[in-house]
This record gives sequence, structure tokens and C-alpha cells, in this order.
Amino acid sequence: MSLLEIFHLLEYLPLLIEMRSSPWIFPMIATFHLFGLVIIGGAVIVGDLQLLNYKATLQLGSLIAHDMERLMTLGLVIMVITGVPLFMCFATKYYYLTPFWVKLLSLILVVIFTFTIRRNALKKHRENPTIIKMVAVTSISLWTSVAVSGRLIGFP
Amino acid sequence: MASLLEWLALTSGSILLHQSHYMYLILLTVHVLALTVCIGTALIIDLRLLGVFIRYIPTSMVLSRLLPLSLGGFLIIMVSGLLMFYASPIDKYNNLFFRAKIAMLFLAAINIWFFLKTDYSSTNKCNQETLPPKRVRFSGGVGLTLWAAIIAAGRLIPYQQYWFD
Repeated sequence: MSLLEIFHLLEYLPLLIEMRSSPWIFPMIATFHLFGLVIIGGAVIVGDLQLLNYKATLQLGSLIAHDMERLMTLGLVIMVITGVPLFMCFATKYYYLTPFWVKLLSLILVVIFTFTIRRNALKKHRENPTIIKMVAVTSISLWTSVAVSGRLIGFP
Repeated sequence: MASLLEWLALTSGSILLHQSHYMYLILLTVHVLALTVCIGTALIIDLRLLGVFIRYIPTSMVLSRLLPLSLGGFLIIMVSGLLMFYASPIDKYNNLFFRAKIAMLFLAAINIWFFLKTDYSSTNKCNQETLPPKRVRFSGGVGLTLWAAIIAAGRLIPYQQYWFD
């Protein structure tokens, strides 16, 4: 079974047909998806800018980075839980959309990066500003890619 | 108002923005990115005011460091939002979700102004307290609710035609 056939199968599950026929379920789930993105946005901006030592942020070292990671995880959970039905609703359409694949790839990369390299760097390389700044820039770039490509999905 | 909006919609800038697929798309993307900065940081401020997040950081410090960041995002939201309104003023003006969003933005601005005028000075006193005073927490709760409603109203703007037209 090809990937496209799997996407087609997902899109035509009875629950998804029901969801598409409702004028309000998709917009409601999309709204909660945006809530997740905003929560992540706050955590990334505050958490990573303070790693860049940006004067407007809190500059409390790894202490706040840990709490921001918790907030980011909450946003991520909301995004994934809402993102799966949003994807399944129009799965075959998304199959042909480059921004969808860019978003998916960016999301996978940023999740792996956040919970491995970033977390490790905050523990072991806290005293090395170059590494910490590179980590912060990578994190901001990947999350920006998720947000921008996500926005572009709506405009094929 | 109708004639003013019609005039606005017929200006060359409005027509250009409306017809330029990419320009509108860029504005919308900038609007969403700024939204995550503005409301994302406002969310952290409000959670601290509620006393449920980063309690170990003084409230006044959270406010002084994050408020400029939130306001910076808000400025970008306003500029990109005004340009998007300019691209289709009549449609936006007639959109119920757009009206609700603007009304709630005003309420959020009043909430911030009221907090800064009345309770901001008291945040210095409550810095070391685990739970901020009731009035401060109330302001944080109102802010959080309004930001969520603003996001929802903004996201639902394109669905006016499915629900009401």
C-alpha cells in the first residue's frame, strides 16, 4: 500500500467524513491548534532569547529554560493532538503540498533537537556561550519554519 | 462609514494589496509570527500574575523584561493587521469575527492600562509572595481569557461565510 493510499484511507474514515461535513468542527480544532502554536511561541521567544543573552528577556540561565521547555511541551502536545485530525481531514490534498512536508520535517527535527541536543547543551555546555547561542538560533529557526510552513499550507 | 470604506477599497494601494496573492500571504505570515511573540509572551506574564508559573521570578522583573517584547510584537500585529484590513476593508468591516476581535483587543488594552495604572506599583510589594494579590490575579485571568478569545476570533474570520452568510 502506497503512502498516498494510506492518506486516502485516513481521509475517508467515517469519523473524518463526519468532521468534514460539520461547518464548525474543523475551525474549532484549527483554533486550538493555533493556541498550541502561541504557547510554543512564548516559550521559544523567552527561553531561547534568554539563551542569546538578549537584554529584554529574563537572563536566569538554565532555571527558566527548564520551565520554558515544560511550557513548550504543553504547546507541542496541543499542536499534535489537534494537528492529527486537521491533517486527516484533507490528507490527500496535503500529500501534494510542499509546505505540509516542510512543516512535518521541521517539526520532527525541532522535537528531536529540543529533547536531545538542546537539553544536553543546557546541562553540559552552560558555560560555553557559542554553543548555547547556536542552540538558541537553531531552535528559533526550526520553530519559525514550522509556523511559516504551517501558515502556507492554507494557501496552496 | 460605508462610503468611506468603499472609497478605501477603491484606492490603488488597496486594490494592489487585494490582488497581490504573495503580498497578502507575506502579511498574514508576519501577522501570525508576531501574534506568537505578542500573545506568547503576554501569556507568560498573565500566568505569572495568576501565580501559577515561574513564581520564583519577581513579578516586577517578569513585567519589565517581557512587556516590551510583547508590545513590540503588538506593534507588528497592528501594522500587518491594518494593511490586511486595507486590502479588503468592506469584507473585514462586515465580518462579525473581525468586529469581535477588535472589540476584545480594546478590552485587552483597557485591562493592561488599568493594571499598569492601579496594580503595577503593588507588584513590587508582592514580589516575594507565592501568590499575588487577588486584584493582580484577576487582571492576569482577564488577560488570559481575552487573548484566547482574540486568537479564536481571528482564526475564525475566514469562516464567516460558512456560518452566517
